[in-house]
Amino acid sequence: MIWSSVADQAHAVRTKAISAVELTRAYLERIAAKDGELGAYLAVDEAGAIAAATRVDECVARGEDPGPLAGVPVGLKDVFVTEGLATTAGSRILEGWIPPYDGTAVAQLRAAGAVILGKLNCDEFAMGSSNENSAYKLCRNPWDLTRTPGGSSGGSAAAVAAGLCSFSLGTDTGGSIRQPAAMCGVVGIKPTYGRVSRWGVVAYASSLDQVGPLTRSVADAALVLEAICGHDPRDATSVVEPAPLLASAPTAGVDGLTIGIPVEYGGDIDPEIAAAVQRAAAILREAGANVVEISLPHTKYALPAYYVIAPAEASSNLARYDGIRYGIRRGEGGLAEVYRATRGAGFGAEVKRRIMLGTYALRAGYYDAYYKKAQQVRALIKHDFEQAYATCDAILSPTTPTPAFALGATTTPYEMYLADVFTLACNLAGLPGASVPAASSSTGLPIGVQILGRPLDEATVLRVAGAIERAAGVMDLHPPFAGADRS
Amino acid sequence: MSGLTRAEVEELAVLARLELTEDELARMQVDLAAILVHMEALAEVDTSAVAPMTHAVPMDLRLRKDEPQPSLPVEVALRAAPDAKDGHFRVPNIIKTQEGA
Repeated sequence: MIWSSVADQAHAVRTKAISAVELTRAYLERIAAKDGELGAYLAVDEAGAIAAATRVDECVARGEDPGPLAGVPVGLKDVFVTEGLATTAGSRILEGWIPPYDGTAVAQLRAAGAVILGKLNCDEFAMGSSNENSAYKLCRNPWDLTRTPGGSSGGSAAAVAAGLCSFSLGTDTGGSIRQPAAMCGVVGIKPTYGRVSRWGVVAYASSLDQVGPLTRSVADAALVLEAICGHDPRDATSVVEPAPLLASAPTAGVDGLTIGIPVEYGGDIDPEIAAAVQRAAAILREAGANVVEISLPHTKYALPAYYVIAPAEASSNLARYDGIRYGIRRGEGGLAEVYRATRGAGFGAEVKRRIMLGTYALRAGYYDAYYKKAQQVRALIKHDFEQAYATCDAILSPTTPTPAFALGATTTPYEMYLADVFTLACNLAGLPGASVPAASSSTGLPIGVQILGRPLDEATVLRVAGAIERAAGVMDLHPPFAGADRS
Repeated sequence: MSGLTRAEVEELAVLARLELTEDELARMQVDLAAILVHMEALAEVDTSAVAPMTHAVPMDLRLRKDEPQPSLPVEVALRAAPDAKDGHFRVPNIIKTQEGA
């Protein structure tokens, strides 16, 4: 049942075809056998998972409904705060922190019957595009162990692709769900800003962060999204609109939809990626969609605007890591010495870089030239999308400029930032966006394409992604690392 | 603006409450300059008639009723503290810091 869909696994548990404990043990055994080489998990909670699965089985035995995700084993990016289970955000500064509560998305998963297997590797504080900024260990791409899984939700994508969980949750601030999903050949969706509560999620850039699932199919993504969307009074930016009904969207077809392809997204990309987008466009045309060219004129300013706004928000958010209330404490003497020593010892190079960049952008005298300017450009980027959506229902583009790149290959920080060049604008505009596997490269690496939708219109994103998935013929491919075991 | 001086980098590190080693300071100076040069593209955009956008979704700040809500018990909130005593977080001497910082 390892490779079965989320719906099939939940159904099997509810009808006692398999017990939640058996299903959970099957994944725990695979993690024990394979994750030493892959590095997807930072912590595996065997006892907690078996206890949760036992409760699901007891619920079924009593004739009650454990929920739509009954007994389905999930992995969580290690930025989700989990009661009693260490949460590090991939950082040494939180080493050993055992949170005293569950975040909202985690509580919703538990309420829906999901079984939490453990916490997944990620770039420190979700800052990175290769998972190489994790303070704890490398995470490898299951399709080629010499390559990165992408980031920052690298462990979330690698674990799903390798069959080390049924699905996972990640977070996406500039592409951190969609980019690793594309590089590992899985589906990843970032919902509209505010759709999923950020309460109990370690913050990176609060006006951009959003929670979403990484799954092996579009149908799985729809089912998980339904379970985690919804208004949360504890998140002031949570949207009040009711959670969408999405189960039928993946198979609803695209007949009559208009799909826009931005002319600005053509530039410096791998020819096989460009071909995958063309192929996806042909699939959608064949399925009855109208495919048109659109223009997003401020596209080239999304990256500089993002790398002002996100570090600025990060420099403020990460001020809380000061060695006083949780995490490590270093240094002697006065309070400022303790702050500086704790943060100097606890943060890694990229996190320090972004805190410094953000501090620079926000400081007196530079605020107008950087932060305010970036927020104005952000408004123009959002306006571009509003104009585009007057003529199309969804937008198709590459997710990444290249397939998964080699571990250690990226030489400068800015070069790494370019890995998110196609995914950043979606966060700046607050739109829903997904990556769906659409092709394989000549070297056997997965290639994803990105679908963006109107605000709150996750349903159309899933319709388009579902149509591409059905026709692309790559859905049933599994990495050789995952093994031939399809039981 | 991309020519960031060593003194500016040191000052930023103080503002950001980050203790950086000599090597880190040297690398930071190079890295920040190399990143900031790309940010200068923003200056090309005419934003004279554009209001800054602070959030992706337009929304009013919502207020809840000013009523007590359940919260973490003190002993639970203190459990992860590096140093706590008698129901409080223990912090280093603050007066001395204000002189130094």
